[in-house]
Amino acid sequence: MQISRRIFIKNSGIAMLGLSTLPTFLQRAVAATGMPNKKKLVVLFQRGAADGLNIVVPFGETNYYKMRPSIAIPEPRRGGELAVIDLDGFFGVHPSLAPLSELFHKGQLAIVHAAGSPDTTRSHFDAQDYMESGTPGVKSTDDGWLNRTMQFLPEENATPFRAVALGPNLPRTLLGSAPAIAMPDVKQFQVMAGAGSQMIQGGFEAMYAQTVDTALRGTGTETFEAIDMLKKANPSQFQPENGADYPKNRYGQSIQQVAQLLKANIGMEVAFLDTGGWDNHVNEGGVQGQLANLLRDLGQGLAAFYKDMGDRMEDIVVVTMSEFGRTAHENGNRGTDHGHANCMFLMGGPVKGGKVYGKWPGLSNEHLYEGRDLAVTTDFRSVLGEVLTGHLGTKNLNAVFPGFDNDSRKFPRLLKT
Amino acid sequence: MAGRISHKQFASAERRRWRRNSVVGAVACFLAALLILSAPFAAAKGGQQKGQKKNKKNPNTPAAVASPAIKGLPITELDETEAILHALNRLTYGPRPGDVELVRKMGLSKWIEQQLDPDSINDSELQSRLEKYPTLKMSSAKLLNEFPQPQVAARREGKTIEEYRKEQQAKQQQANRQMNAAMGDQQNGDAGGDIDASGRPSNINRQGYNGGDPNRSPMQAYLQNKSPQRVTSELSMAKVDRAVYSERQLYEVLADFWFNHFNIFANKGADRWMMTAYERDAIRPHAMGRFEDLVVATAKSPAMLFYLDNWLSADPNTPQRIAYQRPMQRRPLFGGQQGRFPQQQQQQRKREFGLNENYGRELMELHTLGVDGGYTQKDVIEVAKCFTGWTIRQPQQNPDFFYNDQMHIGGSKLVLDHTIEQGGMKEGLDVIHLLTHDPHTAHHIAFQIAEHFVSDTPPAALVDRMTKTFISSDGDTKAVMHTMIYSPEFWSREAFRSKIKTPFELVVSAARAVNANIDMPLPMVMWTARIGQPLYQCQPPTGYKDNAETWVNTGALLNRLNYSLTLAGGRMRGTHVDMAQLVGMDATQDPKNVLDKSIEILLYGNISAQTRTTLEKQLSDPNLLHARLDDPIKQVNIGMVTGLVLGAPEFQRR
Repeated sequence: MQISRRIFIKNSGIAMLGLSTLPTFLQRAVAATGMPNKKKLVVLFQRGAADGLNIVVPFGETNYYKMRPSIAIPEPRRGGELAVIDLDGFFGVHPSLAPLSELFHKGQLAIVHAAGSPDTTRSHFDAQDYMESGTPGVKSTDDGWLNRTMQFLPEENATPFRAVALGPNLPRTLLGSAPAIAMPDVKQFQVMAGAGSQMIQGGFEAMYAQTVDTALRGTGTETFEAIDMLKKANPSQFQPENGADYPKNRYGQSIQQVAQLLKANIGMEVAFLDTGGWDNHVNEGGVQGQLANLLRDLGQGLAAFYKDMGDRMEDIVVVTMSEFGRTAHENGNRGTDHGHANCMFLMGGPVKGGKVYGKWPGLSNEHLYEGRDLAVTTDFRSVLGEVLTGHLGTKNLNAVFPGFDNDSRKFPRLLKT
Repeated sequence: MAGRISHKQFASAERRRWRRNSVVGAVACFLAALLILSAPFAAAKGGQQKGQKKNKKNPNTPAAVASPAIKGLPITELDETEAILHALNRLTYGPRPGDVELVRKMGLSKWIEQQLDPDSINDSELQSRLEKYPTLKMSSAKLLNEFPQPQVAARREGKTIEEYRKEQQAKQQQANRQMNAAMGDQQNGDAGGDIDASGRPSNINRQGYNGGDPNRSPMQAYLQNKSPQRVTSELSMAKVDRAVYSERQLYEVLADFWFNHFNIFANKGADRWMMTAYERDAIRPHAMGRFEDLVVATAKSPAMLFYLDNWLSADPNTPQRIAYQRPMQRRPLFGGQQGRFPQQQQQQRKREFGLNENYGRELMELHTLGVDGGYTQKDVIEVAKCFTGWTIRQPQQNPDFFYNDQMHIGGSKLVLDHTIEQGGMKEGLDVIHLLTHDPHTAHHIAFQIAEHFVSDTPPAALVDRMTKTFISSDGDTKAVMHTMIYSPEFWSREAFRSKIKTPFELVVSAARAVNANIDMPLPMVMWTARIGQPLYQCQPPTGYKDNAETWVNTGALLNRLNYSLTLAGGRMRGTHVDMAQLVGMDATQDPKNVLDKSIEILLYGNISAQTRTTLEKQLSDPNLLHARLDDPIKQVNIGMVTGLVLGAPEFQRR
């Protein structure tokens, strides 16, 4: 294949750029500690806009019950499995999230309510795009916030598994120049050609290492490094510990494999996984129903992960997010439409749990955003920003969330110090 | 965008290498930098040599002196063979052995005109292959009846749902066991991941053909299969057959393009049973027709009405609900398998319908104007009002389009500063007419077509020309395609092999390249899912993205390679390939000859010097020369050689 002039010029450009930045590189290499990052971050994205108001329920708001006549979750005093599980006298979690309420009371789970993106879009596509790029309102950003995070963390001793997405494709969050791997299933991550596998892998490896196709060359190199490493570590040998019971579906399998990869000690620093089905315009359900089922899995998975990881949770933070919340009012189809603010969960040893963070904007009509949605009072970037600086050790937050006021004094202060 | 990604990936690989070297110090870094600087030169040189060799082979080129086979087309940068290959890569699902010569003989321009007129092409071989999928011709109502939800089937058989599920699972397991015993192939044994067996509804894994080992598909069990999954399976298999075997290739490429543009999701409730009719009656008839007709057809299709919830969108003040409460109470169809919520059902009777904005928004954002198409939230609401009353008679029994004036919000509406006069159902048609004739729409569609057929970053001048054609031809897809194909940008060196194949394109193009005889395409459907593109199961209305960024990543690449090995190695269940016959050699011949022949046949010789050299080196590996290590006779493992060629970087692009 003849190389095009355009690619040629671009590559030369890169090389030049590389030369000019050499000193910075050296400085950074010297500055790096040489220890791989012990702190881990797991990001769970709920695609489709989860209904935060029925997940962490503001049962202290009378307007909540007025606005959701058929899907509201009854107040805790009703008790039992058919009501909100009280957290702090004002907020409570959906009864399907009982396992998480325990973690909350043990101080291992924090919640930020009325969090979200300041962008006004109600399009799933745009909102996910903005939240994953970490630059609401700016479409031209071509990498994700978690990838940029990895670009600016010390790379000493980094492995191909530094950043892993459990799924067939890399999510927007992890797209970018820092190496990241997508895998739908840990066990399938190998060249499968029977007895000739080793030789065949060598063939592919050599081909991709030498191709003039730069996009495929980079991906190829990463792929083969990763295959070899994973083979040695064999993460599938790690069975759930401490009686952890994962949900038997794709999400359950994914979060279990995050645990296995962490136990295999192959240098995974950040993991990303997602769950779908949260876009309940119709028949969302209340105490039971579609949302309740999704939450049962969500809670079971997170609780199983917590149990399974045991003491390792001291170095792990799990954070959940969703592109936006849903309308405060239920719609005409006993569901909810696209709204604005949502809730985020943070789980793990470093988290100052047992508290619902964030300024509560209220649900009275005059406090609703555009007269219909929960208003955003905490930008999702200040939640992530605190986790990145306080937990992963990110120094240059302005590079991760450009154009945002990354002032640490505005962090929700939900990490132990 | 491809360029940008490539340089980023390039930069990242290089940077990592540098960092590892950082201990060695500045000298090493400097050397590395020199190497990087020189690399593109070397590459360019290699490329040039290659180009020169080509010119020698085809004395008629450079094409500025147009060779007869490519006469009438604005081709200046590609030679004749490249141009024909390019056409086959972009306007079909990839060349089959002999296709290039066929087109050469016919003349490229004539071949293009023929592809633009699909009705003139005899497609009887495909038609007979499609005979094995009875569901393709069934109405949604019949599909619902023949392949009922477990709840419905259980009720019919007088069983509880749990009993019924257990029974079905047992049946399925038994069929799988029998099949595995019969096949006896445990090569890829422990792939695990049969997560769908748990019976829990996960949005992605309910299919039974995702996540599991594609080589363990329930093929034998399939024909007895009465589960709803059968409907999606047949559609997916037919899609593979059409892509691989149809002679109306451009038509199939466009049908796929439009389906993806007006994407719906098989696992959203009743859409599973409506998908077949949607593709057959709304998408395919208009794939090469007028855009407005396509929008009207999708807007009226029960599948789209259900997927984007418009069928429930109604005037909140309409007093008479009774007629619509009956369908509303049949819960199972809405949320999938969640069962009933008796407590809530009582409350439901009191509940009223309301306006649902979902369709209105996506109609503008995705189907017509585009996300930057200049509409506001107010326009979304007004459009949604216009479409109130566009509903479905009974999604679970009689899923036909039905306009119900009682659900309609009266009064005139203001959409994009145009007044839509009160007119009941006509308002929706007026909105579609307005939107499809907005210049934003013309540009949006032109861009997407160019993005698919030309490059991830199509030249603006080309898109503008296509936009103009879209407007002047009243949204005629054929005319827009014609403008594109007869533009020099389509045939530019920059566009040549610049598109990364989607997983589906890779799977079917490889099957075409090896002349595969597919008896049962389900394993190929499963591979497509594993490489990252589960067919008919793209959840968001955006459809699958059409750029390299989406499809080039480590996990997917590995699965692409494994797919190539499985196919070329003859291990694809339900598919017969004869690589020895294909390359016209037997296993005792010189490996170098086998390689040359494989490259010639699978890639039409279109491979970089680097890849060729690398492959030649690999041929010295003793493993390749022995079918078995303990076999003293030197034999070339043709499946492995061809598998390597199919896995080459060059085959990942079209």
